[in-house]
Amino acid sequence: MKTWLTTTDHKRIGLLYFWTAFGFFLIGGLEALIIRAQLARPDGGLGVSAETFNQLFTMHGTTMVFLALMPLSAAFFNFMIPLQIGARDVAFPRLNAFSYWVFLLGGLFLNASFIAGPLFGADRLSVAPDAGWFGYENLTSRQFSPGPNVDFWLLGLQILGIASLAAGFNFIVTILNMRAPGMRMLRLPPFTWMTLITQFLVITAFPVITVALVLLMFDRFFGTHFFVPQGGGDPILWQHLFWMFGHPEVYILILPAMGIVSEVLPTFSKKPLFGYTVVVYSGVVIAFLGWSVWSHHMFSSGLGPIADSVFAGTTMLIAIPTGVKIFNWIGTLWGGQIRFTTSLLFAVGFIAMFIIGGLSGVSHASAPSDLQQTDTYYVVAHIHYVLFGGTILGLFAGMYYWWPKMTGRLLSESLGKVHFWLTMIGMNLAFFPMHFSGLLGMPRRIYTYSSELGVTGFNQASTIGAFLIGLATLVFVWNLLRTRWQPISAPHNPWGGATLEWAIPSPPPVYNFTVIPTVESRMPLWQTERHAPMRPLPERPPAPIHVPGGSWWPLITATGLPVMAIGALSHVIPVVLAGAAVVIVGIYRWAYEPFEM
Amino acid sequence: MTHGSAHAHEAGAGAHRTSMGLDSRKMAFWAFIGSECLLFGSLISTYLVYKGRSLTGPFPHEILNIPFTSFSTFDLLMSSLAMVLALAAVQRGDMKQGKLWLLVTALLGLVFLAGQFWEFSHFVREGLGLTTNLFGSTFYVLTGTHGAHVTVGVIWLLTLWVQALRGKLGPANAMTVEITGLYWHFVDVVWIVIFTVVYLIQ
Ligand code: HEM
Ligand SMILES: [Cu+2]
Repeated sequence: MKTWLTTTDHKRIGLLYFWTAFGFFLIGGLEALIIRAQLARPDGGLGVSAETFNQLFTMHGTTMVFLALMPLSAAFFNFMIPLQIGARDVAFPRLNAFSYWVFLLGGLFLNASFIAGPLFGADRLSVAPDAGWFGYENLTSRQFSPGPNVDFWLLGLQILGIASLAAGFNFIVTILNMRAPGMRMLRLPPFTWMTLITQFLVITAFPVITVALVLLMFDRFFGTHFFVPQGGGDPILWQHLFWMFGHPEVYILILPAMGIVSEVLPTFSKKPLFGYTVVVYSGVVIAFLGWSVWSHHMFSSGLGPIADSVFAGTTMLIAIPTGVKIFNWIGTLWGGQIRFTTSLLFAVGFIAMFIIGGLSGVSHASAPSDLQQTDTYYVVAHIHYVLFGGTILGLFAGMYYWWPKMTGRLLSESLGKVHFWLTMIGMNLAFFPMHFSGLLGMPRRIYTYSSELGVTGFNQASTIGAFLIGLATLVFVWNLLRTRWQPISAPHNPWGGATLEWAIPSPPPVYNFTVIPTVESRMPLWQTERHAPMRPLPERPPAPIHVPGGSWWPLITATGLPVMAIGALSHVIPVVLAGAAVVIVGIYRWAYEPFEM
Repeated sequence: MTHGSAHAHEAGAGAHRTSMGLDSRKMAFWAFIGSECLLFGSLISTYLVYKGRSLTGPFPHEILNIPFTSFSTFDLLMSSLAMVLALAAVQRGDMKQGKLWLLVTALLGLVFLAGQFWEFSHFVREGLGLTTNLFGSTFYVLTGTHGAHVTVGVIWLLTLWVQALRGKLGPANAMTVEITGLYWHFVDVVWIVIFTVVYLIQ
């Protein structure tokens, strides 16, 4: 137990990220199921009140984006990046632990809002965030949201932002600076590349939302009018700041999954990734363009014809590098010796579903058609095809692919196939009809609808689909859990992968590599035209390898942050100061603690 | 590309060869500075968006005192000079000078903060509070965020100074001082931008 609290081993931190994020994924999924049950019938199938419904969809979105998908990607960054680049750990192991603890505590803080009602003299289920995952003004102003709901949200997101930023710096430096000899930039595995790009987006996008949240905090706590029209402020400024972060954020969510798919497809088609450099550069282009499209979320706010045209244009442009990647993946499969493992199925499912999501995206890239679609279920369909059909299927592909490396145990392929098909049927049943209910005029975020709207059938299909996804997820949970009782038996390289993580035992020893390998090609473990496969590493380290001990300070420093947030939430300044003191003392002890690699 | 410097320090990674030949902590700091650019960029944009949109006074031209702030700006610039001297001294191993210049840098930072404190309280007496109008809100949040950065810098410099007094800072830690310097110069540059945008271009 103590060793887990103080661990600085990237592999353990990766597992902690995985289980924590997976737990939040289940919570977010439960919220979705309640939402769908409520919408199963006109006029409300479950009798959920409008207030509760607002909290459910807000927490669902916030949880899935910040507590499930981002940290599930982070689980793979943590576990895999040092292995893929041939390093013993990340550049700053304690900072890495700090990121995890901040993420965990921030997630708990946000979710505590579900039960914190009585502390504020309110019922349970009444003080959770309720203004949507993008928290539009005026919904979030003190005037229209006097309770602590939005405070939980804005403080929670600030905490989580710190975790993401710290991890961003850490992984950028790790990837740039900790590569094994010969691991040139253009030999990095595609997942590592997409991670690097993602982290650049993180460190540039998160400051923007931090500023937005800080301004909102000033409005709510100190009575400024940054977003309050009565004082001259402009609610639209919030939208600009949020989406300037928000659109890069969607690429933060998808690029890691694209990286995973670019690992899985070559391995299971026994072919190098088709157009490796194109995949890399299109990722870079996506990241750049991702910064220039934010206002496509704001067409209906009346930006004027010029801004609308520009943002429509940039948005359509970004579909090009995205499409390029899709052709690369298909080109990788083309003519390969394909093995239909669960991992490959999920990767192929990713491509198919992501295409549907991309197409609906392009359909609302054009401002006039977006005006028909925005704030309807059509957008809900889009985001679920890209985030579930894209990110989550990609992450599942990664889980089946890397689980043996992470735990030394193989997931069951037959259960995996049940999981895959149930997920595919469930997600299409859940999300495809939303295109129609949306176009027929069903607004998103509505807690009831009338039978006269003619969307009852579509909603029922969506609800059935959602519960199928739930069932599929239970199958997956069972698949994960049952591996715990299996002996550790996975070979080094169960799938015949080409990258360095497959050169070492499953699970890897603490020091990862007995000897740091020297890399000569993009696919070190494969025979290529010019290079023989890397020779196996020695079984035992030739000389003892020093592994750094753990540290308490990342955890202790991290606890200061939710303490500060609780103080702010309850307007008790001494608690804020106590939290700050913990952070400061933690940083000092951390900086001057002897810690060597 | 694969041969790097081998600075020994406690943060870990840098003790080994690094792929880019750049100390890992320094690289992390550059990334951090990049990130901070967007933080200040967002705040400055907010200031600019709301420029001239205050519903009530006091308005910038009624209250901003350019000569006084020019002095503060000069003071901060001089602190950057002192920082350069401190780093050079530490790198040479001349800890006597190193100590002196670290202290001077911190003190100049403190003078800046005192100036900001005086300026803020003066403005409040003139009727410009945080919530008075958009100018007040954007002005205090922007310059206050910068002031908070200066405060962190001063504490950091004083920490190094105390370490130096206790004989725990030497040429082996030159990288630590160099990173502190990076931060300090960055905060200085941000101030130049703020001074230009807020004070000079009204
Ligand atoms: C071909 C590429 C894509 C295009 C052209 C595109 C376009 C758009 C547009 C125009 C909107 C605004 C719709 C509205 O609110 O009226 C939107 C919303 C959204 N997109 Fe995409 N998109 C693309 C890919 C993606 C990807 C890859 C992701 C994430 C993985 C993503 C996630 C989202 C999300 C989360 C929203 C909705 C945010 C919300 O309103 O809650 N999109 N997209
Ligand atoms: Cu977007």
